[in-house]
Amino acid sequence: MTAGHPERAARFAADEARAHWHDQALWFVREKRDRAASLVPDWEQLRDAAAGIRAHARGRLADLLEEFERNAVARGARVHWAADAAEHNAIVHGILSGHGVRRLVKSKSMLTEECGLNEYLEARGIEVVDTDLGERIVQLAHEPPSHIVFPAIHRRREEIGALFHEKLGTPRGLADPKALTEAARGHLRERFLRAEAGLTGVNFAIAETGGVVVCTNEGNADMGTSLPPLHIACMGVEKVLPRLEHLAVMLRLLARSATGQPITSYTSHFHGPAPGGELHVVIVDNGRSRLLADPAVRGALACIRCGACMNTCPVFRRSGGYSYGWVVPGPIGSILAAARDPAAHASLPFASTLCGSCDAVCPVKIDLHGELLAQRRDLAARRLVSPGKRMGMRLLALVLAHRALYEAAGRLLRLALRTLPRGILYARPNVWGRRRELPVPPEESFRDAWRRMREEGRRG
Amino acid sequence: MDSRRRILDALRAASPPAPGAPDLSGVGVRFDDPVAQLADAIAAVAGRLVRVPDRARLADAVAALAAELGAARVASTVAGVPGDVDLGQVTDAHALDGVGLAVVPGAFAVAENGAVWVPGETLRPRGIFVVAEHLALVVPAGEIVHDMHEAYRRLSFPGPAFGTFIAGPSKTADIEQALVIGAHGARSCTVLLAGA
Repeated sequence: MTAGHPERAARFAADEARAHWHDQALWFVREKRDRAASLVPDWEQLRDAAAGIRAHARGRLADLLEEFERNAVARGARVHWAADAAEHNAIVHGILSGHGVRRLVKSKSMLTEECGLNEYLEARGIEVVDTDLGERIVQLAHEPPSHIVFPAIHRRREEIGALFHEKLGTPRGLADPKALTEAARGHLRERFLRAEAGLTGVNFAIAETGGVVVCTNEGNADMGTSLPPLHIACMGVEKVLPRLEHLAVMLRLLARSATGQPITSYTSHFHGPAPGGELHVVIVDNGRSRLLADPAVRGALACIRCGACMNTCPVFRRSGGYSYGWVVPGPIGSILAAARDPAAHASLPFASTLCGSCDAVCPVKIDLHGELLAQRRDLAARRLVSPGKRMGMRLLALVLAHRALYEAAGRLLRLALRTLPRGILYARPNVWGRRRELPVPPEESFRDAWRRMREEGRRG
Repeated sequence: MDSRRRILDALRAASPPAPGAPDLSGVGVRFDDPVAQLADAIAAVAGRLVRVPDRARLADAVAALAAELGAARVASTVAGVPGDVDLGQVTDAHALDGVGLAVVPGAFAVAENGAVWVPGETLRPRGIFVVAEHLALVVPAGEIVHDMHEAYRRLSFPGPAFGTFIAGPSKTADIEQALVIGAHGARSCTVLLAGA
């Protein structure tokens, strides 16, 4: 078995200063989200409405997608269906090669990350340029994104400066975000102007109107779809909303939850192609119908990819996006990854304290910690947890189910804490004690104290 | 079996019973002073609101803005606001690279979040609002809605159409969370609220 979340997290946490800085950076975003949410008087009603819209849509996804297709085609778009990542990549490549496209600009799409589209196209001689600044940074560094909203959140400005010095020829030592962004603007504008096609993700598709909506702050999706004549939009099957009015609910929640802004700078609605151009929408399953079939985790399909659950997660903030080993990290990513391939991602549902902070901020009210807990049970049933953990849980279950055993264990542990030397108490198997002090044992347990006091009471 | 059929069949087989669509009557915000709220919201998204009570002075207001921004070339699709780029000759947004200021009409503004709805019919070429260095949106003063629910009640897409909500200038915080204005698109966004 490859390294799991604890091993990868340990590597991240080894650099304490960086882990602390990462924690603070994300907490800053969490606080911005809190301020934005507190300014919306109907915030909780909005969350309820959003959850209701997703539950309503989840039950009739096939009908909605057919309605979407009908309306999109009526407005001049072409709709493609991809059962898996391989088919998605082949469809996109087919459209591009059919138009002789050699240069593609992309705005952010976690779906294409999931499908490995960039590598697929590059291997076939197509230049792919990610145009979201954070995505471009990690693309130049040959890294995956470490966060779905802030792809380069794990990088310090000095590192980005050094990267730009090497790749874009900025002056050595330049680390000012404004100057670096300006350099990227010039570099990317050149790419936009010579691109032959633009690819975007889809934040929402609307069945009622056959349109797709793309939200960005940088305007990169608009640059990429208004300069070249060919626009390819890739979406998972879960992105479809029944009606236009549902967009209002989702858009009021999305940016506030993601960055604390009231709305993204650009929220673009594409109904059919630009005059003289083409719009292709690729609808992708790639495991989503299997997720839908599982009552324990289907709620995760409601996700609008705001990233709030990771910004607030005490584990994510201190372990970094790469510790999850999956394209979407954090609480929602753990659920999606482990549902897709339980054996490969068996450690992820345990990368949580089950504190429920993610549930509290999720704009569509996904029961994140409940789903993680359900996955732990499922993993245990499939024997996908380590023998040590399994034995430990069995032992704990036995002790907690038998009063005499429980009392004996308590006495034994209090005695051990009082008498055993540190060398033994903090030996290797005590993972908890690696960075924490064990509690000071009380002189007597609550049970013993209770019994004693009752005795004393009786004696008067 | 083709993928379309296979995906739809798999989704139908997997779908749980659908509850009805939720009642949206409980959501929405109303402001006592929508104009003041709009000004606050536009400031919060790093944009600027300028009131032009006399619509006849719009061209002057744009000229003053262009001078302030140092925008040498102005491209306008707003009636009564002359630009120095002849958009009749421009079929493709590539030609607008380097234009200093684009002036386009907005249909209405949203008090809740400072966004302005810009319908695609007025964007010729479509990319004018992101390719130009700076952006001005001309919105009639009477056209302010309270929130996004009201906004979508005004919109419909019966045919092929592009349209976008624009809230402030292009921005990014991808380097250490530092907010930088002017990522790819407009380096500034001024909403000109025209008329009394």
